[in-house]
Amino acid sequence: MTSKKETTGANAVIQSLLAEGTDLVFGYPGGAIMPIYDALYDVEDRLTHILARHEQGAIHAAQGYARATGNVGVCFATSGPGATNLITGIADAQIDSTPLVCITGQVGSKLLGTDAFQETDVIGISMPVTKWNFQVTKASEIPSAIAKAFYLARSGKPGPVLIDITKDAQFEKFEFHYKPFEGMRSYIPTPTCEANYLNEAASLINKAKKPFILFGQGVLLSGAQMAFKTFIEKTGIPSAWTIMGLSSLDSDHYLNVGMLGMHGNYAPNKLTNECDLLIAIGMRFDDRVTGNLDSYAKQAKVIHIEIDPAEIDKNVKADVPLLGDAREILEALIPIVDKRSHDNWLSEFRKLEQEEIAQVIQGELHPTGDILTMGEVIHQINELSDQKNIFVTDVGQHQMITCRYAKFKATNSSITSGGLGTMGFCLPAAIGAKMGREDAQVIAVIGDGGFQMTIQELGTIFQYKTAVKIVVLNNDFLGMVRQWQELFFDKRYASTTMVNPDFQTIVRGYGIKAKMVDQRCDLKLAVQEMLEYKSSYFLEVKVGKENNVFPMVATGASVAEIRLS
Amino acid sequence: MEKKRFTISVFTEDVVGILNRVTIIFTRRKINIESIAASESEVQGIHRYTIVIREDETKIIKVVKQLEKQVAVVKAVYHGENDIVFQEIALYKISTEALVSGGQAEKIVRAHHARVLTVEKEFTVLEKTGQKEETQQLFEELEPYGILEFVRSGRVAITKPMRTLASIVEELEAINKSH
Ligand SMILES: Cc1ncc(C[n+]2csc(CCOP(=O)(O)OP(=O)(O)O)c2C)c(N)n1
Repeated sequence: MTSKKETTGANAVIQSLLAEGTDLVFGYPGGAIMPIYDALYDVEDRLTHILARHEQGAIHAAQGYARATGNVGVCFATSGPGATNLITGIADAQIDSTPLVCITGQVGSKLLGTDAFQETDVIGISMPVTKWNFQVTKASEIPSAIAKAFYLARSGKPGPVLIDITKDAQFEKFEFHYKPFEGMRSYIPTPTCEANYLNEAASLINKAKKPFILFGQGVLLSGAQMAFKTFIEKTGIPSAWTIMGLSSLDSDHYLNVGMLGMHGNYAPNKLTNECDLLIAIGMRFDDRVTGNLDSYAKQAKVIHIEIDPAEIDKNVKADVPLLGDAREILEALIPIVDKRSHDNWLSEFRKLEQEEIAQVIQGELHPTGDILTMGEVIHQINELSDQKNIFVTDVGQHQMITCRYAKFKATNSSITSGGLGTMGFCLPAAIGAKMGREDAQVIAVIGDGGFQMTIQELGTIFQYKTAVKIVVLNNDFLGMVRQWQELFFDKRYASTTMVNPDFQTIVRGYGIKAKMVDQRCDLKLAVQEMLEYKSSYFLEVKVGKENNVFPMVATGASVAEIRLS
Repeated sequence: MEKKRFTISVFTEDVVGILNRVTIIFTRRKINIESIAASESEVQGIHRYTIVIREDETKIIKVVKQLEKQVAVVKAVYHGENDIVFQEIALYKISTEALVSGGQAEKIVRAHHARVLTVEKEFTVLEKTGQKEETQQLFEELEPYGILEFVRSGRVAITKPMRTLASIVEELEAINKSH
């Protein structure tokens, strides 16, 4: 569909966004982007703008929205400090493959390179952390730049793109004409998988005695959940997830053997070094997952299903690389793999799981001492909800605990900063997730440290009446760093103690219902009230100050050396 | 693994900023670029960078994939020293008086097949194309006469394998249409 009319560059930005189906934008205005905001004013009924309280909040909200809905997240910022405030979110979206289109205002094209007021080389700064970026200096470039931006953000391995638009280009008038981007020769979004590799993979799978699947976000990004479930049920292969792959498969599925990596479950880490076939699906063997690569799954043949050719052999050598879209590849494999079951092998996982339950999980979920644990809070949420919540987490102990213990019956329901580990991600991301999925119960679980990194976004919740549920697990410490200090730095707690303000007062100031729990007997009722509450709700739980997250694979250790205490 | 000299050829769309995107891939991995040359290729609209680095081959393979991952990179390939034909060009500025008074000048220029580009009263400019060892040799022989200025270009290289860029581009365009 094409359309023609004379308009300004600023209006062309808005019209192009509408043409791409955008109805929600997160941002923060300023001098260099004012014409675009002015154009926005006319279409507020069709394109809602959410005014965050900081550009970092805006971009994390756009990320949360994108991850909860699968749509491209869009955010606006002005030049200079507005643009630089986006960088953390862009880097986060790049490493976690989140589709984003960021639009920044820029000084007039005649001022470029003159150190003009609020001029920053945002193209240069964002280059290493964007999939693509482009500076627009003429209005006529806008429609094609935005069309290309959306195409690149969402196709292939998704990622963030940035368009920097000079102020004169926003004012300039031209004949607007929009057409979707049709691809380019230098960019093949989805590589084609070689047929003989598919057969080779099937025969390895059919022969394997101890096959083991590792799945990551690729399952979610390709919409492969159904195919994945069919595939594992047919082949009977025990499957473990990376935190980015969480919620691809029901927590209680009989083949779900838990979480991989540094604070993952005992069995999948240990048995990584005992399987004879490792099938990696849409995951990239991050060091937090593999531990020491020199002693990682050396005994196993490796099949790697991956859309990004640069990931093949990057960390772990693939015997059979299956390049392409995870869903398409799984659908191609399903008919050519045998129906099997691996009961003995699966029971090895269950046996080790019992050890973990006895030594770690029981004490975390059903503690007997006075001190509240993070795990029991999550457990209460599991017990009292339908387990179809969207959990958004920050970074630290509470993140690991939530990923480990939250139960998922619905897909695309775990949103966390996996690759970058960005503290401050959670609160704004939860706002974006809730705005994208108003039907869902969105629960933000945050530490007292991370909460204060983007606490200003309470203002956004207040202004837009966003009904997110906020759970702060308060240990008055930068808990995860403190845990490392305890274990590896002789308990020298350098700058990890937090003297916290009264969060209740602060949150109430934003008109949010707040409750604090420091005794077990009050926990259940508070969680219940929070889940049932129609508006935003803040639940602070005072948990053990010096509790640790276990199991743990120490840095440099092998996954098989995972410790239970 | 042993570090060797490799030549990477990167073919890109002709767009602003792509050189930066190419070089930061090396910077991020702390790989030093020995030389870099940029020019058009034989296919219209496609530019070509010739980059020389010393690295171990496994690292090179990963870097080449990262280069290809860039949206505006059409193709990236790497070659060992035996798979390419390559040249560099060097220019030397020396005092005309020193060159003439030594008596050896003609001998050196002839022996190296160097070209005299210009002779002025104060200085003479010589040109030599060849591989680094050759241009370096001439540099060393001219040094006693006092080199006023010296410059050597980045390596340019033609690959020996026969697959043409045009056929690669054609294939990519076909894949793109089919999507
Ligand atoms: C922006 C940023 N700065 C620093 C860190 C390093 N870091 C990782 S976890 C952590 C502690 C988090 O503390 P808190 O938010 O209280 O959560 P807890 O671990 O106690 O659950 C820190 C400082 C980080 N991940 N991100």
